[in-house]
Amino acid sequence: MLQVLYIFIPMLVAIFVPLLYKRMKHIHTGWFVLAVPATLAIIYATYIAQVAKGEVFTAELPWIPSLDISVISYLDGLSLLFSLLITGIGSLVVLYSIFYLDKHKEKLHNFYVYLLLFMSAMLGVVQSDHLITLYFFWELTSISSFLLIGYWYTRDASRLGALKSMMITVGGGLMMLGGFVLLYLMGGTFSIRELITIAPNLVEHPFFTWSLILLLLGAFTKSAQFPFYIWLPDAMEAPTPVSAYLHSATMVKAGIYLVARFTPIFAASELWVWLVTGIGILTLFWGSFFAIKQTDLKGILAFSTVSQLGLIMSLLGASAVAFHTNSSVDTIKYAAFAAIFHLINHATFKGSLFMIAGIVDHETGTRDIRKLGGLMSIMPISFTVAAIGSLSMAGLPPFNGFLSKEMFLTAMLALQKFEFFGFDTWGALFPIVAWVASIFTFIYSFYFVAKTFTGNYKPEQLPHQPHEAPIGMLISPIILAVFVIAIFFVPNFIGDMFVKPAVQAIQPFLYTAPQDVDIHVAAWHGHITPELLMTIGIVIIGVLLFVALPKWQGLYQYLPQAFTLNNAYDKMMQGLDTGLNRLSQRYMTESMRHYLLYMFSGITVIVIGSLFIKDAFRIAWQEASPIRPYEIIIVVVLVIGTAIVILAKSRLTAIIGLGAVGYTVALFFVIFNAPDLALTQLVIETISVALFLMAFYHLPRMGKREERMKFQLHRAIISITVGIMVTLVALSAHSQKLIPSISKYYEETVYSLAGGGNIVNVILVDYRGFDTLFEITVLGIAGMGILAMIKLRMNRKEKTHENK
Amino acid sequence: MKTNDVIIQFTAKIVFFIIFFFSIHIFLAGHYTPGGGFVGGLLTSSAIVLLIITFDINTIRHILPINYTYFTAGGLLLALATAAYPMFVGKPFFTHFFDYFDLPLLGKQSLHTAMLFDTGVYLVVVGVTMTIIQTIGEDE
Repeated sequence: MLQVLYIFIPMLVAIFVPLLYKRMKHIHTGWFVLAVPATLAIIYATYIAQVAKGEVFTAELPWIPSLDISVISYLDGLSLLFSLLITGIGSLVVLYSIFYLDKHKEKLHNFYVYLLLFMSAMLGVVQSDHLITLYFFWELTSISSFLLIGYWYTRDASRLGALKSMMITVGGGLMMLGGFVLLYLMGGTFSIRELITIAPNLVEHPFFTWSLILLLLGAFTKSAQFPFYIWLPDAMEAPTPVSAYLHSATMVKAGIYLVARFTPIFAASELWVWLVTGIGILTLFWGSFFAIKQTDLKGILAFSTVSQLGLIMSLLGASAVAFHTNSSVDTIKYAAFAAIFHLINHATFKGSLFMIAGIVDHETGTRDIRKLGGLMSIMPISFTVAAIGSLSMAGLPPFNGFLSKEMFLTAMLALQKFEFFGFDTWGALFPIVAWVASIFTFIYSFYFVAKTFTGNYKPEQLPHQPHEAPIGMLISPIILAVFVIAIFFVPNFIGDMFVKPAVQAIQPFLYTAPQDVDIHVAAWHGHITPELLMTIGIVIIGVLLFVALPKWQGLYQYLPQAFTLNNAYDKMMQGLDTGLNRLSQRYMTESMRHYLLYMFSGITVIVIGSLFIKDAFRIAWQEASPIRPYEIIIVVVLVIGTAIVILAKSRLTAIIGLGAVGYTVALFFVIFNAPDLALTQLVIETISVALFLMAFYHLPRMGKREERMKFQLHRAIISITVGIMVTLVALSAHSQKLIPSISKYYEETVYSLAGGGNIVNVILVDYRGFDTLFEITVLGIAGMGILAMIKLRMNRKEKTHENK
Repeated sequence: MKTNDVIIQFTAKIVFFIIFFFSIHIFLAGHYTPGGGFVGGLLTSSAIVLLIITFDINTIRHILPINYTYFTAGGLLLALATAAYPMFVGKPFFTHFFDYFDLPLLGKQSLHTAMLFDTGVYLVVVGVTMTIIQTIGEDE
């Protein structure tokens, strides 16, 4: 129970952020917010020792028990590692943001509310064991990230970037929901743990491949894999703390998490192995190749993130191969370990690099790499941190990136040794592509740091006079840089504590406990390994190509803009926009009569059609009660009232006629023993007539067109059909009762279950309270809508008056 | 709508209170006899509408300086809170509780969380109808 509530703590604190922001203006709101991830990080840290021993913690909070939906928090090695990343990096990012965002100029309350919302959503994604709640949190991360990217909403680029990321990730999320539903249909349970235990039975199911593909679409869109990566560079319009947090350390890794979590279920499939490994390695190459084209510091980092995510993804695909071998090829077991290890390393070095990019932007006023240069002597600390991060990203010792890059190459080399799934022929491609992509990785890492900090200092091109950032801003990147170096020297401690429990969660078919994962990380294996030779090759060719960069960077210009994926996306959106606009202009005639015409013809076709198909025309007179004389009188009054409304020449007559209709209907309710309805109807009628009269003066006078309206056959037909339809439905509903009326149940239980005497009211507030809750919400929205519409119009009027 | 009818104005002042108290009665009685938050709210607003029609909207705005949007927001929050409260004591969303208490003066009475929810409905109905009527009525 408590463990589930931890997930919601950030969300609950978010409620108070606007208050703190308004009341305590002299203190940066970030300081209050900082306490949340810091506390949570400490709480989750207390789980580390036990989880490393192989224990798992679960807690459940029932949400909709009748639909078997509940929030289940499941902490094993994998989810604990992610939770620690979310809260740990989260603390550093909040600390950084305190110095990055000016408390006087920025809308801090918005920023921190979104950030806390995101934090809860992300914790929910990685801890949920229930598919539906996982989906709920998953889309919540998309929405909060949309809000964060669009934080500077007055900028066009921010809004477009936010929209793009949401279109792609929410679309993918919907696909994933489809996959979840199929999984439920196959396995009969929403619990991921239970699905894993029955995974062998699912493989033969006809839905298996479909659920696999749909689930991967969700993971690939979220983790910016090819060809869905196009939203990630645009998401860089967000403030830098957001980029550091969401777009390198947490949200984009949700897709990685999903693939890792479902590997035990889908590993048996050849398609899974090929898709995850293939798309991953393609993304790795694509991202690293196009990173060098970028001129924006954050753009380089965005493409580098895309490529590194591809790397981790390909490793996860390779880890599924282990399902099919009995460890006959020993080295493949490195894949899952390398994936998780690189995930941790990537979070540390990419986080620090994003923060440095933000610092450079903050201190010089530009992120354009063509204007920057020679900042090394002015910003020595930033330069050191950037160098550490970049060298780690390039895969050089003594930084943690070197270790995971070596293991990545080991795993890729191992892939070609398998004699199934076509690995013995196509498998040779993997190490080659990985090697080429690593060369590009090496180049862009150097490109990032060298173009910013070395070379010619061009102060005339910089908007601000640059100087070293304030120490508060530097703390977070320095801490991350320290991690980058520390992990290199104690990799096995990290391995035992964090990586092995996670690996055990990904590959339960290989290991039963974290201690069984027999991998020892070493920087030097005591002899020259093929991986080391590959790394040396990367360094030599990388340096040569980097030196020659000005000669071949022009190649990128040859790629025509028309063939890029971004262009395809833009074209598609434009096409949809104009196409749908044209479509709606067809039927949006601004005439209420036309709209009613569409609606009523639609309803009659559907209702009469389904009555016809179901053969539901039944009229049973024997059960009907006799018609009493005064009922006939009321009906006559009703008909007369309706006729007045239709035939009235002036609006006032029509309003009074309408009121008469309403009151006679209320009279019917009285006669048929429905005092509640009668009461409500009477009051509603009174108020609406009053409202009509109040609005009376503002309505345009009935035009001559209305007065001389001609008889139109199609309208008459539609209105008569609607009348017939309603009568038919009422008669059929009365005549056939397959199921006994539910009112008996209410009569018997209303007092014992709900302690009330009035069935109608008890139904409203208790049995069907949900309906009422939504009804009053709709009512509230309608009220606000009218308020906004009229008030806004009045404001505009005032403005035009001022202009005159 | 400026009227200057003394008799109507005088009667309306009294009738307003009759309708208003009747609406409270209807609202409170709702759990056992016809009535409830919805009708009660409507009746309250109709009482105010009566005043608006007999006097005029600006006068009433002066006498009852209420921002009805707060009513709507407060009502929605109250309803949501009543519905959500059971979750914190380990019951499903929207579980209602009731029991009988001996209250001073009133004797043995049943108290209901459903009533709190109904109060939310009442507030929303009053808030929304009055917001609509006031904005339309004020619109020049």
